[in-house]
Amino acid sequence: MARSHPNWEVVIGLETHAQLSTRSKIFSSASTAFGAAPNSQASVVDLALPGVLPVLNRGAVERAIRFGLAVGAKISPRSVFARKNYFYPDLPKGYQISQYELPVVVGGTVRIQVGDVEKIVQLTRAHLEEDAGKSLHEDFHGMSGIDLNRAGTPLLEIVTEPDMRSAAEAVAYAKALHALVQWIGICDGNMQEGSFRCDANVSVRPMGSDKLGTRCEIKNLNSFRFLEQAIEHEVDRQIELIEGGGTVVQETRLYDPDRDETRAMRSKEDAQDYRYFPDPDLLPLVIADDWIERVRAEMPELPEAKRARLEREHGLAPYDAAALTATREMADWFEATLAALPGQAKLCANWIMGEVSARLNRDEIELAQAPITATALAGLLARVVDGTLSGKMAKEVFDAMWAGEGSADAIIEARGLKQISDSGAIEKIIDDVLAANPKSVEEFRAGKDKAFNALVGQVMKASKGKANPQQVNDLLRAKLG
Amino acid sequence: MVTYEASSDQAIRLRFPWFFPKILPMPLAIEDVARIAHLARIHISDEEAQRTLAQLNDIFAMIEQMRAVDTTGVEPMAHPLGGSQRLRDDVATEPDWREAAMRNAPAHENGLFLVPKVIE
Repeated sequence: MARSHPNWEVVIGLETHAQLSTRSKIFSSASTAFGAAPNSQASVVDLALPGVLPVLNRGAVERAIRFGLAVGAKISPRSVFARKNYFYPDLPKGYQISQYELPVVVGGTVRIQVGDVEKIVQLTRAHLEEDAGKSLHEDFHGMSGIDLNRAGTPLLEIVTEPDMRSAAEAVAYAKALHALVQWIGICDGNMQEGSFRCDANVSVRPMGSDKLGTRCEIKNLNSFRFLEQAIEHEVDRQIELIEGGGTVVQETRLYDPDRDETRAMRSKEDAQDYRYFPDPDLLPLVIADDWIERVRAEMPELPEAKRARLEREHGLAPYDAAALTATREMADWFEATLAALPGQAKLCANWIMGEVSARLNRDEIELAQAPITATALAGLLARVVDGTLSGKMAKEVFDAMWAGEGSADAIIEARGLKQISDSGAIEKIIDDVLAANPKSVEEFRAGKDKAFNALVGQVMKASKGKANPQQVNDLLRAKLG
Repeated sequence: MVTYEASSDQAIRLRFPWFFPKILPMPLAIEDVARIAHLARIHISDEEAQRTLAQLNDIFAMIEQMRAVDTTGVEPMAHPLGGSQRLRDDVATEPDWREAAMRNAPAHENGLFLVPKVIE
């Protein structure tokens, strides 16, 4: 896979398009729902009929503000929409409404972790813009089909500084950003449907050089795996080119996952002169401080803050706290379980990261579709804490709960699964087992530890697995003296 | 907030570079007109190009004249109207316009507009 290039430094910047989770489009009241019949969600504004005017969606702006606050950026009190002019049939106006000189979000940072190393990626900006429609190149009698449902869907384009130094760092950043936009509820993060897609600017330079090399932009990477492969391939290509005496030409390239290669899409020579200028159809976007403060007040606790709090308040290990804050759903679920079972953070964490996550993976579902609730899990774990269930029995009850057989207590009752913790009852079983197994007793007294385990096994079997294993151990040892 | 000093010419250039096209030398040459026409996908004859060249250069001369005005202390505008953008609530209210839209289209099939084949 990744070849190693000890004499070269890789420099990567990412531009990410996050589709904002609004109900309607950025400049029209048409629906943004995915998967509708072609062109059934294209209004007169999206179709660019003469005389129509764009009206900006407050929900899109609010999501941009939320993002700016989440990354510690500056929210511009005044930003300007500009026209980016180019011709393509899925862009009926002949220009895309975007932001150029004055974007809505300026600066900010995203923290990433690669292995044990933490790193801060600086953001340049994030700006609002509209998506284009979709061109279908299947055969329509030698013509292309155009679906304008996606035209006008709100996007937040998030641009980093050239801060990443490997494909792994780029992927770590993309994953952190992907988790963040979902956490703050501005994007559904569905990469298959194109809700989150990355362009990578990649260049290489001799190790130790402080001058940036000529970069190539790889467009439309819609999975983390493609992002990683495309960058690694592009790095190899550029280094081979330079080491072979050639020079990198600034151009836009497309990644072809089937062949695992990038190929030129357009070079900078006939690069687009987009002739940006302020869109006269739209006045400057003004965001007052009190609006920003209202949005700030409604912000959820951010993943990093929550992670730190779980470590501090509940004594969770950093690894556990990080795993439980991978998604907001998981974190909420953990906190709901813990609220119903105070003081048992480690037990709750183990069960959610273990049994619950394993079942979700097996059934290929999300937490929201899980057949049990956080409170129901707490109900089960309460029976572990009070000694009613052994760990093994708890797993059996959990499986039954997952299969929809009811609450933990109902299943324990129905299956007669109560653990025997009454010493008198256990002692009686032990006496019977000792009487029936004189040979094992003899062997144990002769110094064979294995014989002890065999006796424990016999007692557990005689109790049909319900005896409290710790008590069996203690009582048996006492009796054998 | 983007800050800028009370509008020195340089500051305004930095803040509003689109007012100061870098790629177009002044006065324009006939090749510039050809390039602008190509970018706009407009076919113009040589005679039209000459006439357009004169008109564009007149416009640039007018801009030069305006730039000569002392605007110290005047905040640049991004739009000739003052005020700020009004916002609408995020509600989807549009009906399905497809049938009406298709009636305007020279070619369509299965609800798609058909256009001459485009492949990057």
